[in-house]
This record gives sequence, C-alpha cells and structure tokens, in this order.
Amino acid sequence: MDDLIKDFIAETREMLEALSGEIVAWEAMPDDRARLDEIFRFVHTVKGNSGFFDLPRIRALSHAAEDALSAVRSGTRSADARLVSAVLAIIDRLGELVEALETGEALASEDDSALVDALSSEAPLEALGAGAAPASHAGRASSRTIRLPVELLDRMMSGVSDLVLARNELARRIRESGDSEMEAAFDRVSATVADLRDGITRTRMQRIDNLFAPLPRMVRDISGQTGKLVTLEIDGGDVEIDREMLEMIRDPLTHIVRNAIDHGIESPAERRRAGKSESGCLRVRARQAGNQILLEISDDGRGIDGEKLVDRATVAGLVTAERAERLSPAQKMALIFEPGLSTASAVTDLSGRGVGMDVVRANVERIGGLVDVESRTGQGVRLTLKVPLTLTIIPALTVAAGGQVYAIPRSAIEEIVRVKGGGVRVETVGGAAFATVRGRRLPLVHLRDALGAEPAADPASQSLVLLKPAGAGLYALAVDGIHDHEELVVKPAAPAVIAAGLYAGTTIADDGKPVLLLDPPGIAARAGLSLHRQGIEAEAAPAPTPDSAQGPPALLFRTLSGNLRLVPVAAVQRIDDIRPEAIQLGAGRLHVALGEILLPLEGCGSAVPDRPIRLLRLGDGHSELAYGFADVVDIIPLPAGLMPAAGPGEVRGVLLVGEAQAELLDLHWLFARHSARRSAGKASPVCAIPAGDPFMDAILRPLVESAGYTVVASGSPGSEAAAVVIASAEDGDSPAPGGARLVRIRAAADGPADSVHRYDREALLAALAGDAPAGRRRRRG
Amino acid sequence: MAELLLIVRLAGERIALPAADVESVVEISALTPVPGAAGHVAGLAALRSRVLTVIDCLASLDPSRRLPEDSREAVMAVVDGHPYALLVEAVEDVVEADGERLSAASSLAGGWRRIGRGTIEAEGDLLLIADVEALVAGPVREAA
Repeated sequence: MDDLIKDFIAETREMLEALSGEIVAWEAMPDDRARLDEIFRFVHTVKGNSGFFDLPRIRALSHAAEDALSAVRSGTRSADARLVSAVLAIIDRLGELVEALETGEALASEDDSALVDALSSEAPLEALGAGAAPASHAGRASSRTIRLPVELLDRMMSGVSDLVLARNELARRIRESGDSEMEAAFDRVSATVADLRDGITRTRMQRIDNLFAPLPRMVRDISGQTGKLVTLEIDGGDVEIDREMLEMIRDPLTHIVRNAIDHGIESPAERRRAGKSESGCLRVRARQAGNQILLEISDDGRGIDGEKLVDRATVAGLVTAERAERLSPAQKMALIFEPGLSTASAVTDLSGRGVGMDVVRANVERIGGLVDVESRTGQGVRLTLKVPLTLTIIPALTVAAGGQVYAIPRSAIEEIVRVKGGGVRVETVGGAAFATVRGRRLPLVHLRDALGAEPAADPASQSLVLLKPAGAGLYALAVDGIHDHEELVVKPAAPAVIAAGLYAGTTIADDGKPVLLLDPPGIAARAGLSLHRQGIEAEAAPAPTPDSAQGPPALLFRTLSGNLRLVPVAAVQRIDDIRPEAIQLGAGRLHVALGEILLPLEGCGSAVPDRPIRLLRLGDGHSELAYGFADVVDIIPLPAGLMPAAGPGEVRGVLLVGEAQAELLDLHWLFARHSARRSAGKASPVCAIPAGDPFMDAILRPLVESAGYTVVASGSPGSEAAAVVIASAEDGDSPAPGGARLVRIRAAADGPADSVHRYDREALLAALAGDAPAGRRRRRG
Repeated sequence: MAELLLIVRLAGERIALPAADVESVVEISALTPVPGAAGHVAGLAALRSRVLTVIDCLASLDPSRRLPEDSREAVMAVVDGHPYALLVEAVEDVVEADGERLSAASSLAGGWRRIGRGTIEAEGDLLLIADVEALVAGPVREAA
C-alpha cells in the first residue's frame, strides 16, 4: 500500500509540474479548449486515483473541480475569470495536500469548503482570497529516488550486453597474444564491466510484490462471485525479477489463481462435509533458486481429478482408451496442459472459457520457463512456475552438430548422457528413433536431421541431451559433441531466422562468432514429434529392465591441477565463473565472494589462483561451499566399484570412468570441515556465557561458536536450555542449571584444578566437548 | 535537397539504395549458417558485438541464384529493430540524385518488380531504387 501511495504522490506531482504551464496559459485564454481538456483530465485522474485511498479532502476537491469543468466542457457554463481562479485555487490546494501527504505534515488550512463554494457561479469574488496563494514548495522532502523511462534502462542494458560481448572478444585476443601485463590490466577492466552489468541488471529488477499486489483484491472478488471463502497467503514478495519477465508471468499467474479458486477450492458446505475448514487456503510463494525464480501456487481444494482428465482426453481423441489405461498418475496430470482440455464441469464466467493451462504453459515456455503440476485428490493442487531471472542473459550449454556450434538453454536440459556410455541404447522402430536411457525409453531427435545435415558418420561418439521443454515432453537430442557451459547474452533473432522454427535467439560466443540458440520445443515439432503425447506414450511403453543398476547422475570435471573428479549432480547447485580478485585468503583458508555472499572455497589448495576459474557451488540443503575447478567433462551415471581412499579427506575413493580413473569427492568430509563454523539454528547445542564481560563476549564467544555452539548470555531467555554453562572462576560458585555442564574459567595462568585458564585453547575446547582432557593443568578435582 | 543514394551492384546492374535506409557499409567474414532458414538468409555474422542477419540479395531477387561464396561487401541496415547485412556483388559509391523519384516502369521483370520502389536519375543514369525491407523479406513475402 505504501508503494501505491508513493506512486500516487509521484504521479500527481509530475502531472502538476507538467500542468503548471497549461494553467498559466488557460488563465490568459479561458476559452482555450485544449487547455481546458488538459486540466479536466488532471482533476479527473486525481479524483479517480484518490478514490483508491482514503483521501477524502483530495477527492472532494478534485470532484468539485471536475463538476465545474465538465459543465464548461458541455457548454452549460462559460469559463470566466472567476471560475478559472477558483479552479486554480483548487489545483494549488491539491498540490499542497499531496506535499503534506508525503511529508506527513498537517496543513495550516483545514477547511476546503471556501474553495469549493468559490466554484459555484454565484459565488462572490471575495471568496477567492482563501486559497489562491500559490502553494509554497518550501520544505518539500527531497526525494531519494528518480523516475526514469524504461526505454532508457533497456538501452543501457543492451549497451552493457554489447560491452560484455566486446570484452569477451577482447579477452580472447589478449589471451592469444600472451601479453601477461596487458592481461592483468584488462582483468581490472573486465571486473568493472562485470560489476556494471550486475548493477544495470539490478536496475531492471522489480520486486515480485508488484505482481502480487493485485492478488488480494482479485481473490476477494472471485471468491465473492463464487460464494467461496478463501484465505490468501503471500510469501516471498521481496524476490526480485526482471521487469520484462514480470510482465510475462502476470497473465499466467492471474489465470492460475482464478482457476484455483473457481475449480480447485470447494464451497464452504462441501469443505465442511470433507472435514476441512470452511475457508480454503491459497498460497502464492516466490523464491529464488540460482538463476531461476520459482513461483508456487498451491491450494487446499479438491485437487485435479486425474480420471476425469483421462476421460476428457479420450473423448477429445487426445489419447486412445487403451493407452489411457497405461498412463501413470503423473502422465495423467500432464494432460492438463493439452490444448482443449478443461476439468471444469461447467463453463463459468471466470475461467473455463477455453483459455486453458495450455496457454499458461505456452506463455511460460516462451520465456524459457517451465510449469509443473502436482495434485493430490481431496488435498489440493500445487503449480510450480520456474522462470529465468532475466531474459537477456541465460545459462546455456554449447553443443556441436554438423560442424557448427549451437547453444541450448540450460533450463530445458535435464541430463546429458553419452551414447556409448553404459545404460544407453539407441534404436529405430518403424522409422521412429528411440533412446533408452537407464530403462526409460524416450523419443530421439538427431539434431543433424533437424538441421538438414548429413547423418553423423559415427553415431556412437555422439552425446544425448535430454530435454524437457514441457511438463511431459521429455525427449533426447543427439548432438555430435558437448562443448561448454556458458552464460550467454541472448539477442532476439530476426524474423527470417525465427521462421525456421528451430531457433529461439542468437548470441555471440567467446570466440566472437555468432551462435544460434536452439528452441527445444521447435526442434521437436520440426522433427515431427508430437511432443507431449509422444512423450507420454513413450514413457508409458514398458521399458526393458536396466542391465545393471545405474548410479545417480554425477558430474565429471577436471580439477585445477588436471585430475578427473566426480561429484553427484544432486549436490551441485550451480556453476559460476569467477575471477581471482574474488578469492582471498582469510582465517587460514580461501574464501570466495559471490555478490553479497561469502563461501568457503575448496579445490584450490591454499593458494589464490592466478587466473579466472570456474566454481561448483555445492549445497547440502543448509550450507553452501564453493569448489574451484577447470572444466566440465561430462555428466555420467555414477559408476559402481569404488576403491576407497587411504584415509579421510577430500576424496572418498577412486572410480573407473571408461578407461580413466576419477576421484569421487567426499561431500560429507567437505561439508563437515565447514559445518562447525557455519552451523546455526536449532540443531546446535546452546552454551551460556556470562553477560557483559568483554573477554567472554569478544574473545571467548567466537571460539565457542566455532566449536559449534549457539552462544547466549546467562540468565537470558534460552539460557535454561544450555548444555554448557561457562562461568568465571573469580565470581565464586554459580550454580549450573539442571543437566548442564559447568565450565569454570579463570584469568590467572595457575589456579584451582576445577577451572581452566582462559587462554588454554586446547583445554577450553576439551572442556566444552565434555572430555577429560590431557591438559597438564587440569587434574581431576 | 537532392536525395542521397548508395549505389550497389546486383545481378550485374547498378541499383540505388536510399542512403537514409542504410546504416553503414560493412565487410562480412566468417558466416555462421542458419540451417532451415529461407534461402536468401545467408547466415549470421558478428559486427563488433551485434549479430547481423546476412541476406543474399541475389537470392532475394531470384530464389534460384546465389552470390558467390566469397562475397564480402555488404550494406548494413536496421529493419524493425533487427540489424541486417545485405550482401551484394559490390558497393560502389554514395551519389546525389539528379532529380525526383519516378515511378518504376511496369515492365520490370519478376524479382525486380518486387524489390523496386521506383527509379531515379543519378550521374546521368536511370537507376532502380531498391527497397531494403523487400530485400530483407525475400521471395517469401510474395509466396505468402
């Protein structure tokens, strides 16, 4: 609401500024129709806007002025000097009121009736004195924000995108020249460009609140019309998203919310019968995950009736009855995205007018996003929209086919497998190609075919990119080779290029050559794959049992020292490129600064690398750490047959990948190394320390925290749960609460045996851990 | 003021492009082909950090013909916000027109009629004025 008021103030003030010239001109020529219209529009707009807020004075004034002016416009009244003065007085007063609204100050004159009276045609001229003095602009709160045309931001963004590309090209040439001094100087330029890009990207970001703001009203209206009771819960409004992206998901979100209330949530009576509370709950939640925004819309309504969907799909001829029987629940759910299907038993005013989930999906996919639906009968539906943060810079995989390089949006890629790797079989059945990947049979498209190139000479050397451009339409794309993961600045492609139906945009690779960005749904369509249905059928087909148990997918990468290593894909949150400046040695280990977060850095030894490196960002659900590496080799199923490492460390053991040896990262060890200092929250034990003691607070506290404790002050709320209580030996006996271990600390180097010297680190940590340490000063007493 | 014209050579003839429609004259190297696109789309080329869609103007004029592979000279123009490079046989010069535009002779042959936007006199010759948008659209537009 505050934002809306601010918008109202800013807009009104802008209009007033623009109008000031008009007002003077109108005063000179009251018959000027164009000026009259301008001023009429202003008071009309202000009246309308003020109606949204509780601003009775502004509303009454603008309403009165509007009435008078509309009489002039309709010719029932002429614009004489008196009317002009009266209207101007009102406009001035509106200006003052708006200023007062912003500064929160009260206005000296609280009575507007004289101004309104002055408008009437019989009013005596003297009445005009009251408010006609020009508004004083003294004391206007200086604004900390400015309003900019969006086009300007767009122009800056495209300029910076160009700059990034130019930098990439220059970087490549400097690298080729081998001039290390030049390279060092250029690194600084490069870092500045990266900062600039971040900054500009952020200027285009808006809080997703803007998208959520109309929801409460909409939910209220729809539930009113449908006679339902709905509570709306909104979460994550502070997530920021590209302005353009925001506009693109506005309609899909509106549609999903309408659907949820209209079709999902039951009437109060029905809910009572089902044993639920009368009021349904609709949750809209946004969060950022890596380069994507996840938008979840869930309700606790009746859920989507999978059987009903299948019936309708059968009637509509989308699936045959025979196939329908073999569909899995998830495949049945996916039918909701088929065009021409609606679960609504009756077409209502609100939804079910043929604009279905297929349109929602199409809109979301057009911006490189994904929609997923989960439903539990009687318990509700959850729809998840995954959209990239910005339209212009996307993470992509570059692949080769027919001697050329293409980019594929990372968001559409589910997995990458090698044809000759284990668990992959490629076959042709009646002219249609299929790939069986770990027991899952998928339609296969050869990128060379789709591009009209010659078939590959050596199909076995190809790789398959499993693409999931839609809810159900997983398919495999055969490419000649996998190149690299890159963040690409995508430019819109010309209509003649888009017309090919295969491409979503163009971009420039680091080597300065243009690269086409492939459009996964387009390629499937071009290959004659009726994507969604084929995907459903192919998945439903009984797949042969896998020859051997396949491990989870693992990322094969090359470390900075050139070794091959493996890490389970599930633990990899994202891959970043960073420059050495972001890495620093601190507190005995390397850390990397990524925007506003600082992560411990592994994989680089203890020396700051001298060139840009890539980072695996590994997460265990709570904490994150970065692992520096050189390049991605492949994603493969984790092979069996681990030869364990000689001792605990970064590597758990060695595996055979093809004919090469690869080391498997020991994630447990890595995270355990950092968990002590990073763990927080409920899980860690509590240690109470005396309050107000500078030694305890500043010097001891970090040590205790690094040992994995949450530190509270003795006697404060929460201290009764303490597992360990630290007390100063000088304070005499202080009782430890029931069950807690008491550790007494003394300032003197020598002292009673039941206390620990405060700088005897080893003994302190041992005492914290509850061990009887081998410390020489501490003897059992 | 007399209209400025950029004279290019296409299908062996000298034709005029309105200089106002042209951004610059560029030399194209290293084309990235666009498989699946219409025949007159020769590929993509990078110009600094922009991606130009390269149009084979000869193919645009006559779908059965192509400029030789080693063609380099192109005219850069922006149509509907997209940058294009129009490959021609040669870019000659910018000249001032000697008079006003005249309507094109109705006897123009096939492709010329599609891209022609009248004629104009310059340097004593009568030149056909080619329309940049029509060259970019190619023969597709006629079929549609």
